[in-house]
Formats: sequence, C-alpha cells, structure tokens
Amino acid sequence: MKAVGASRTSGLSPAVKVVGAIALVLTATLTPASHPLWFATEAALVAVALVEARVPLRQFLRRLAMLSPFVAGAALAAALGSHGTDWRVLAARSTVCLATVIVLSQTTSISELLGVLRAARVPNLLLTTLALMHRYLFVLADESARMGRARTARTFTRSRRHAWVTAASVVGQLFVRASERAERVYDAMCARGWKS
Amino acid sequence: MHIPDGFLDAKTALATTALSTAGVAYALRQVRIELAPRRVPLLGLSAAFLFAAQMVNFPVAGGTSGHLVGAALVAALLGPSAAVVVLATVLIVQCFLFADGGILSLGANVFNMGLVATLSGFAVYRIGQRLVPGVRGRVAAMAFAGWCSAVLASVSCAGQLAWSGTVAWSVALPAMAGVHMLIGVGEGLISALVLLAVSRTRPDLMGPVTQVQASGRARSFVVLGLLASLGVALFVAPFACPWPDGLEAVAGKLGFGARALAPSAAAPLQNYRVPGLASPGFATAAAGAIGTLVAFCLAVALSRLVVREDSSRKSSHV
Repeated sequence: MKAVGASRTSGLSPAVKVVGAIALVLTATLTPASHPLWFATEAALVAVALVEARVPLRQFLRRLAMLSPFVAGAALAAALGSHGTDWRVLAARSTVCLATVIVLSQTTSISELLGVLRAARVPNLLLTTLALMHRYLFVLADESARMGRARTARTFTRSRRHAWVTAASVVGQLFVRASERAERVYDAMCARGWKS
Repeated sequence: MHIPDGFLDAKTALATTALSTAGVAYALRQVRIELAPRRVPLLGLSAAFLFAAQMVNFPVAGGTSGHLVGAALVAALLGPSAAVVVLATVLIVQCFLFADGGILSLGANVFNMGLVATLSGFAVYRIGQRLVPGVRGRVAAMAFAGWCSAVLASVSCAGQLAWSGTVAWSVALPAMAGVHMLIGVGEGLISALVLLAVSRTRPDLMGPVTQVQASGRARSFVVLGLLASLGVALFVAPFACPWPDGLEAVAGKLGFGARALAPSAAAPLQNYRVPGLASPGFATAAAGAIGTLVAFCLAVALSRLVVREDSSRKSSHV
C-alpha cells in the first residue's frame, strides 16, 4: 500500500501530519467565498506536500477524479437552488480538502495513526477493533475473491437473479467465516497473553 | 454517501462530530459491558467483513453494479451498540486509509451511516421480526430495514448539506431521498439475501452477539436512538416545518413543482392552486409515503418469493 519512499514528509511525526492535515482542511472549510486567493495558497501548500511526499501522481489523480461525481452533483444542486454555495467555491474547497486527505493517507500508515489516536486518549476497545480490522481487511477481501472465483468456476451464471443469489451467498459465507476466524483469533490472542 | 470535506461548514461539522463522538463513546461503553471477552475480536473481524462485503459487486442494469452498505445488516446480525462500533471503525479506516470521506466530515459520516442507518435499520428489523415470526418474517423485515436505513441516512445527509448552506434543502431532500429510495431497494434486497444465506448455514449466529438480557440491550438502543433522533431533529426540523419559500421559487422557475403536483398545471406558477395538494411540502411527504409503502410491499413480496422457493428447492436438492 505504502509506495511512498523515504522523504521528509513521511519522516515527519504522524501527529504533526494528522494535526496539520486537519488544520489545512479546517482552513479551507472556513475560507470565505470572497477570498479566492486563499484557495490558491492552500492548493500550493498541498502541492508542496504532494511533491515532497512523492505520492505517485497517476494514483493521486485517479483518486481525485473519483470525487468529481459528488462535486458535479452538488454543483448542479447549488446551481438549481436559489441559496446554495457558489459551485466554483465548492469545487475549489473540496478539491483542496480531498488532496490533503489523499496526501495524508498516502504518507501515514495505520499503525502510526493508531499511535496518534492512542495519544488522543481514544478508548482501547476502538483501537483494538481498528487494529484487527486493518489486520484482516485484506485477508477477508482475498477470501471473498477466492470464494467468488470458486463459485464462478462451479456454476454457470444464467441470469441476473442467479448472480445476485450467488453473490449474496458469498457475502453470507464470508460473515460465517469471519465469525469463525474471530474465535480462533481470540484463542491465539489469549495464548499470547492478551488482556482487554 | 460519504460526504467529502468542503461540503459541510464548521458549525455542522462540529455538531455532527460532537453527536457521533457521544454516540460511539456510549456504544463502546455498552459493548464493553455487554460483550463477552471471547467476542471482542468479532468486532474487528466484522468490520473487516463489512469492508470486504462492500467490494462484492451486484450487477444492476447496463453494466453498472451496486454494492452493499450493510449498516442495517450488521445491526441485525450483531445488535445496535456493536453495529455502531463496527460502522464507525469502517468509516475511520475508509477515511484515513483510502481518503474515502473527509476528515472534518467524518463526524457527519459516522452520524449518518453509523448511527442513523444502523439504529433505524435495527429498529425496523426488530419490529418486523416480532410481528411476523419465522424465516419469512425475518427476510421481509431485513429487506424493509435495509431500505429504511438507506433512505433515512440520506435524509439526514440532505439535512446536513442544507444546514451548511451548501445546497438548498428544497433541492437536497428530493435529490438525496429520491436517489436513495432506488438504491435502498438494492440494499434491502442484498441484506435480505445475505441474512437468508447466513441463517441457512449457521442459524446460531443469528441475533445480537451481546449476552445481556433484552432489557439491557433495549436501554442502550433507546439511548443511542434518542441521540440519533436528536441529531436528525437538529438538522431536518429547521427546514421541515415552515417550508422555505425557496422551493416555491425554484419550482416556479423550473416547473418541476408543477410536474410533481399535477401534470396539467400551466407554466406560470405565480399563484398555482392544485386541488387536494395544498403545498409542495405535502407533495413531497405524499411521495415519501407512497415510496415507503411500495418498498414495504416489495419486501413482503421478496420474502414470499425467496422463502417458498427455498423450501421447494430443499426438497428437490437435499
């Protein structure tokens, strides 16, 4: 996931990165529509961080493009409504914010984030849940892809209705397997001396 | 429905963050009391499951596909407080790891999908399941609960967008609720099919994981539900009661108000009077009621279709 090499941005303390990103997003949110120059300054700041962090540009742009349906929809709604925000301001603001979040997510690993959250006194149970989720995220995603492939190999999907039932049974099976795995994970955690 | 940053103003972001922090903190406290230590890893695994489940594609028309959101499903499978924690975890990871949904709007996203969707889904599921016992009742309740959770979360989202002044309520509500009334059909259908699949393989996994009496769970549901309703009241009520004249203006400008009310109404709408339908607000409410009724009938029809089919298939295949 973390394709970002050693750079000054990834070397920064994670707390600084998270607080900095929140500050930048907050500034962009509070920037009044009458000061378009501020957006340019904020965009320049993000651009510096982007180059500094060596975030792959293609990946960045692809992720940024996924926002556009939402912006387009909101812009259309704002254009139709008599008292909505100007869509250009909306687009500038949300693009700056999204770029900030992308740079943050590309330069901060989940374990660093957990450290920041622990320092912010987030309850232990939530941290455990977050850590376990991240640990098994890709395991279960792989498992569901394997099950889906096996189903396609065994059954010929004739109709859309059939495809839905098949996909739903894959998801249901995935839940069953996740619950069974949770039991084994608990045993393993206890064997290693885990205490809530 | 992940709101990106920049769409909510500071006031809305602050209010939603405060509400969802309180909700998640309370849910965590309840889960710690209610959950046996053995089941603690299940929260993390369920969050991972939900994430993986959202990647399974369900083909819709013309090459497009939809996917599960799963708030109501998880609430039905794990109970309300555990579901709030699971959804909050998924949304936090999606925000920080995949930049899906903004940082400042994380509170709003947790509120809409973590609190409103899970709790409304759970409430509808429980009521439906009580009314009609058996697998058929469970499937119908799940389908309707999935639909309700999607629609209510979208209404809450529309309220927040309007409260921020980003989009006028008169535009945000019909757009968001209208789209999610369609999306909700898929959500309800998938949730019901998944629930049926789980209940066929491991019926013992059904039902809330917490091991307290129903009264304890009911209390945590009531507290969380009150919190969610408070938020919805805060975001939606300012617009719902005195209908803003913005709608009249827009409806007049575009003529869509006329279409929604009566197709025969003439174009200049300065002083339109449609017999029976007093205001556009009433028309919206009527549309909502009809949509809900249709979704309910679809849910019942689905349960009849799937469960009868199930018993006949069992006799022929097993």
